[in-house]
Amino acid sequence: MSEKNSAVADWLRQHLPKLVLSPSFAITIFFVYGFILYTAFISMTKSKMLPNLSKFVGFENYPKLWKTLNWQVALDNMLVFGFLYIVICGVLGLFLAILLDQKIRGEGFLRTTYLYPMALSFIVTGTAWKWFLNPGLGLEKSMHAWGFESFKFDWLINPDMAIYTIVIAGVWQSSGFVMAMFLAGLRGIDGEQLKAAQLDGASTFQTYWRIIIPQLRAVYLSAFVVLAHMAIKSYDLVVALTGGGPGRATEMPATFMYSYTFTRNQMGIGAASAMIMLMTIAAIIVPYLYAETREKQDG
Amino acid sequence: MAEMTRYDDSGARFWRVALYTTLIVFAVFYLLPLFVMLVTSFKSLDEIRQGNMLALPVQWTIEPWLKAWGTACVGLTCEGIHGYFWNSIKMVVPAVTISTILGALNGYVLTKWRFRGHKWIFALMLFGCFIPFQIVLIPMSQVLGKLGIAGDTAGLVLVHVTYGIGFSTLFFRNYYEAFPNELVKAAMIDGAGFFRIFWRIMLPSSGPIIVVTVIWQFTNIWNDFLFGASFAAGEGAPMTVALNNLVSSSTGVKEYNVHMAAAVIAAFPTLLVYVVAGRYFVRGLMAGSVKG
Repeated sequence: MSEKNSAVADWLRQHLPKLVLSPSFAITIFFVYGFILYTAFISMTKSKMLPNLSKFVGFENYPKLWKTLNWQVALDNMLVFGFLYIVICGVLGLFLAILLDQKIRGEGFLRTTYLYPMALSFIVTGTAWKWFLNPGLGLEKSMHAWGFESFKFDWLINPDMAIYTIVIAGVWQSSGFVMAMFLAGLRGIDGEQLKAAQLDGASTFQTYWRIIIPQLRAVYLSAFVVLAHMAIKSYDLVVALTGGGPGRATEMPATFMYSYTFTRNQMGIGAASAMIMLMTIAAIIVPYLYAETREKQDG
Repeated sequence: MAEMTRYDDSGARFWRVALYTTLIVFAVFYLLPLFVMLVTSFKSLDEIRQGNMLALPVQWTIEPWLKAWGTACVGLTCEGIHGYFWNSIKMVVPAVTISTILGALNGYVLTKWRFRGHKWIFALMLFGCFIPFQIVLIPMSQVLGKLGIAGDTAGLVLVHVTYGIGFSTLFFRNYYEAFPNELVKAAMIDGAGFFRIFWRIMLPSSGPIIVVTVIWQFTNIWNDFLFGASFAAGEGAPMTVALNNLVSSSTGVKEYNVHMAAAVIAAFPTLLVYVVAGRYFVRGLMAGSVKG
């Protein structure tokens, strides 16, 4: 009897680590991978308001999705927003990091100031910028009060320009983070090399252009992956700032997915759009994670 | 020679001035929306309509704050946002606690008690951090419905723990990776078991990573909107959803001062954490992206 007990105890002791890990692993398998498969299956059915697993239609929803005008608008917006968001955040982040790297007095305060929007919810950011850019009472009115009578800024309600307000608010929120990434990269560069370059008579500008900026390659990649990932997922900011409007002028894949699935009763199409989002992100993230974990093993 | 130096000096001074000016201009750019939110929240509606958005209030009033907290209409009820604020707290505290504990244990197993396939398990969990959550909305709403916790804080806790353990595991794993194996081995030889080693050896030196993880999870869960909007309608909604409902409700006069007060209240907890523990906040951001 006691022998049996100790055998159980031994088994337990041996497998305890796996037992501890297993709930998290089971949760991941079920709620991440199981759910992905389920959504993939829904995307191949004619589900309307509720999931309907019996109406299997194969890949029919996908060509239908690509022919949907709203989806085309969402993709166009996604490209415009994603491109500008990534490029401006990157350039601004690098620029601010280089400036802050010049032995600045009050660097701590400035860094904190540039980065604090990252702690805010996109809903707060959207609410703030919606007010700031309010055509009647916001920036426009302030400029008028200061004597710039002809100043006009109605991007929020102008269908051609509304997408750029999302870029502005997004850059405001995330560029400080990119700055912090670049600053960490700059601080990691070998000082000896810079001294040697300066002794050779290279100017500060040349040192940055020729030696420092090329060395930040790893940071560009990380910043790109993080920003692209955030751009594809962006939902909150659009909802809070423009609500996808005016009309459908700022529709994005994430808002498209939500409205088709939950309010327009076209769950099959909504699930198909979610699959496209997943695959786009996977195409960026998987190689990145693979490379990152690889590097670590070698080093 | 002296001439030369003086020239250099004034050139250098010009660049210093330009440098500081640029940095300050950008500081203003980042601070301006927060400043505008704050001053607007202390103005009366009349003053907002007549005055300049950027000007300080002529007549300071805390009326908008009281209204935002206690009597503003969100959806159908007019009890302000305080109930939703507590909803968020009731959601955040258990979700952060559970996901951090699980993350610490997972990180411990994945570094100090490795078994075949540990890399695969970690890779699968890691990818789960980055999926667009749109992919889980449909099945999740069904599962929450089946469990009877749809539209409930308990449901949101489940959701946030589920999708939070990826990151918390990542943080602890990378931290414990650098923790000397010899100490753990020595304790094993002395006969210490799995939990004893965790409790006595790993945890006492995990202070920084616990702070980083708690801050990261707290910020992400507090700021979440997608899950809150999808799974917690009406009375059970978290703060972000209530704020959005308050601001975008189309009935009646738009009370910008009340909206701004509510936005500042919604932003306050995460801003406070950022100001008090900014260093750890940045470390979390870095660990969540560069994974260093």
